[in-house]
Amino acid sequence: MTDATIEKPRSELGIILTGVARNPLGLMGLIIVGAIVFSAIFAAWIVPYDPIAMNIQDRMQGPSASHWLGTDQLGRDTLSRVIMGGQVALKVALPAVFGAMVIGLTLGMIAGYGPKWLDNMLMLLFDTIRSFPTVMFALAVVALVGPSLQTVVFVVMATSIPTYGRVARTQTLTLRNSEFILAERSMGASMARILGVHMLPNIIGVLAVLAAMDIPTVIALEAGLSFLGLGVKPPTPSWGALLKDGYALIRQTPWLVVGGGLPIIIATLGFTFLGESLRDVVDPKLRKNR
Amino acid sequence: MLSFALRRFALAALILLVAVTLMFLMIRAVPGDPVQIMLGPRATPELQARLTAELALDQPIWRQLVIFYGNMLQGDLGTDVFSGRSVTQIVFQQLPFTLELIFASIIWSAALGILLGAYAAAHPNTVIDRTVAVLSVSFVAAPAFVVALLSLLLFAVHLQWFPAIGVGDGFWDRLDHLVLPAFAIGLSWVGYIARLVRASMLEVLGENHIRTARAFGLAERRIVMVYALRIAILPVVTVIGVGMGFLLSAAVFAEIVFARPGLGKLVIDSITTRNYPIVMGSVLISTGLFVVSTALADLINAWLDPRARTST
Repeated sequence: MTDATIEKPRSELGIILTGVARNPLGLMGLIIVGAIVFSAIFAAWIVPYDPIAMNIQDRMQGPSASHWLGTDQLGRDTLSRVIMGGQVALKVALPAVFGAMVIGLTLGMIAGYGPKWLDNMLMLLFDTIRSFPTVMFALAVVALVGPSLQTVVFVVMATSIPTYGRVARTQTLTLRNSEFILAERSMGASMARILGVHMLPNIIGVLAVLAAMDIPTVIALEAGLSFLGLGVKPPTPSWGALLKDGYALIRQTPWLVVGGGLPIIIATLGFTFLGESLRDVVDPKLRKNR
Repeated sequence: MLSFALRRFALAALILLVAVTLMFLMIRAVPGDPVQIMLGPRATPELQARLTAELALDQPIWRQLVIFYGNMLQGDLGTDVFSGRSVTQIVFQQLPFTLELIFASIIWSAALGILLGAYAAAHPNTVIDRTVAVLSVSFVAAPAFVVALLSLLLFAVHLQWFPAIGVGDGFWDRLDHLVLPAFAIGLSWVGYIARLVRASMLEVLGENHIRTARAFGLAERRIVMVYALRIAILPVVTVIGVGMGFLLSAAVFAEIVFARPGLGKLVIDSITTRNYPIVMGSVLISTGLFVVSTALADLINAWLDPRARTST
């Protein structure tokens, strides 16, 4: 039974999280992100009121004991809408960022490892997509296919694939001539095996950091499009939709602007702090480039 | 240098070509009759026939694309379905308002960011340095349109220090109307530029000519603000050029929030009235603007720093 006394080797994730938590900003990021994820998962149980239930009698009420953040022009409870809005924000941000990361990673590794002409073509495509100003591109797509949650996810994926692709390509290029890859190749490993088993673990960390820093941009884009009335459709509670309602009646219901705006800023701060300290832990070399 | 410039502009032209093609394919990829979509519910047979001829929709798709390129080269982005005016004309009428806003934002944020960054680098690891570091991360995180809304609420509606909407008449009034939108767009840039300048300043301060200046007994303030800063601000040029796309995106929101005329307002209004030629025209022109400014930034960078000419 001596095994029980031996300390378990700490997992890599554990080491990274401890490293992040040691930095005060990182700790703050962890707490904020944790709180947002928690409230998003349990939103349905936390909300004091039904976020889409109208109650015309209590419309446009300021913050009070029964409605902490007041009510909107239809008498819906702002706090409940803020909490539910967090869920919507993550529902857009996580799949979009994850999808963009996977596709960008694949294309980037192919560009870095494949033939030169394919590399050139992919790079040209990446450069072109990056040359559309994001919001303008989003507006063009929305104008063509109409606003919806899927449209926002698509736009975000399309516009951020090039960033992941470029980073993955650079990493692959630096790795492709390293000794362990050459050894694999001389033993006749297939391209899929080299890329998937040997390159991937060396690239994924950098991309994960990039993804963490990307989430705030995505949240802001979703909120921005919803604010313009071109994102998530009403009555779905979204932070951007709250801002839209608040903006329309800014003199009567200013608490809607605060209630929609502050969560966006806090969420952005949380993810940025987390991403920054994650980067310092995972790859201190990246620090100089910012 | 010349060959680099030529190569860089060739790349920019190629990117624009691919962008126009993507745009064309996107419009065609939407299910349904493009004429019907563009004209929406107000499609009369005459209008439909006119637009079909104009877009050459009765021709094979490769000819459509060639005609599309040809029109682009002549600066013809189509015709507004409502007024019958040329899209190029309408967009260029709104563009100056957006550019004015963008430049105002760059100027104040670059000035403040450079100052903060230089100061932080000259006093590393002091309370001020740390404060600038935390503030700049926080500023970078603030999305422009949220800052715009909150500052509209605080400074225009609540405190009534600045006008809430419009662009104003006459120089001072215009400037007064620019303050809040430019603040909202520039805020995240202050932090970004401050970090950038701090990093490059720290590098420059370690170089030989600065050590020589110190050995000659020049005042520290003069060394930092004149000799080192001149070199340390170079990266800012590139970043602003590359950041044009972000600035344009932020300007769209600022224009909506503060009800200013400009490209953003034009696009949003055109989306609500389903006036697609204008939407597409604005997107293409802003993309062109972005591509050109990125290329220019690269050129300026290459001109200032010969090492950059060999890459790309």
